Amino acid sequence: MPATDADVIDALVGIAPGSDLDAIRARRPDARTHAQATYRALFAPEKPGSVTLQDRFAVGAFVAGLHGAAIVAARYGERLVESGASTALRDAVDAAVAEAKTKGPYGSYPAGPLSREDSAGPIYRASAATLRGLGPRLAAAFEHVHMLVFHPRDAAPASLKTLLDAGWSTTDIVTISQIVAFLSFQIRVVAGLRVLAGRP
Amino acid sequence: MSDKVLMPPEHKAPAAFTRAQLDWLPWLEPLAVEEMSARHMASLVDAARVKSPYFRLLARDPDALEARTRTDKDIFYNPDAGLPRAERELAAAATSRFNGCLYCASVHARHAATYSKRESDVDRLLDAGVGADLGERWSAIVAASVALSATPSTFGPEHVDRLRRAGLDDLAIADVIHASAFFNWANRLMLSLGEPAVAADA
Repeated sequence: MPATDADVIDALVGIAPGSDLDAIRARRPDARTHAQATYRALFAPEKPGSVTLQDRFAVGAFVAGLHGAAIVAARYGERLVESGASTALRDAVDAAVAEAKTKGPYGSYPAGPLSREDSAGPIYRASAATLRGLGPRLAAAFEHVHMLVFHPRDAAPASLKTLLDAGWSTTDIVTISQIVAFLSFQIRVVAGLRVLAGRP
Repeated sequence: MSDKVLMPPEHKAPAAFTRAQLDWLPWLEPLAVEEMSARHMASLVDAARVKSPYFRLLARDPDALEARTRTDKDIFYNPDAGLPRAERELAAAATSRFNGCLYCASVHARHAATYSKRESDVDRLLDAGVGADLGERWSAIVAASVALSATPSTFGPEHVDRLRRAGLDDLAIADVIHASAFFNWANRLMLSLGEPAVAADA
């Protein structure tokens, strides 16, 4: 059975058939089925197009690494290896996690009454060595991904322009955005259910 | 390369979190209705969503959009026990307030107010933020949603215990987890692919 057919959230939480959490997930059957269908759409698509599987798993490993979600990051890291990533690329992803990791959410609101809630934080720019390992196209994606993970309210048209200029299409940007956004969900479902499972 | 960033038309940006209806203006080109295939249309799930530039933009990756939407609907609309709809919407609104998504917060604050009839508590969440005192049960749900939304997550056994003391069973706690987690998905798309605007007729 291909790895993509087993329910990823069940596997990452460690949900055994017949367990309490198995029964709880069974009460929301469409959410369970379609969270997995989203995983397949993003990480085992029929036609990967110009966002290659290697791109997808590199972004996945980066997002999970930024979240400090070790179990999830290990899985996406394994899939990155299986996708044929070079050692240089795998090392660059690890280096990017190490140099980009921080705490979120932070960011600024449009000037006005909400400005009192503005909180400053780093804007990620890949180091020269990481940029060489990722290549300019993937490095541009990682810089955008870091913003989506830690300070999404700083998003602006300029960040999308940077992605287009790096060679990603509008449709590619939708797919990359879905990968980051979906993982922001998957990582939290896994984290939350693991806490719940540990508190019988 | 013909793809380009869109300059939104002149509009008024919302200055604060609100329950009022907002518009959403895309920064990237949605699919034009006439270029949408049967697969694109089916990915909207609700045919009426063809009017929404947000959904027509996401329809560029139809398999991801359709699966996203069906996940969303079960988390929020499944009527089988667990967390009442009003409190699933509260978790969505609190997550959006914390992440700073004015558009998502407006929609789900409206739903939370509609289903709970607790308009003033919902407004306190929007005005004062996620630290507002909304009574123990609602404050416990907001605190759990916020802890799970932090990166890295700070959700821990103390949140589960507090939710249980507030009367939530484990299915309801799983609903809080899913509702908050889902809005970490939705907020990132809404915030980064376009911007909110005060509705033209407001």
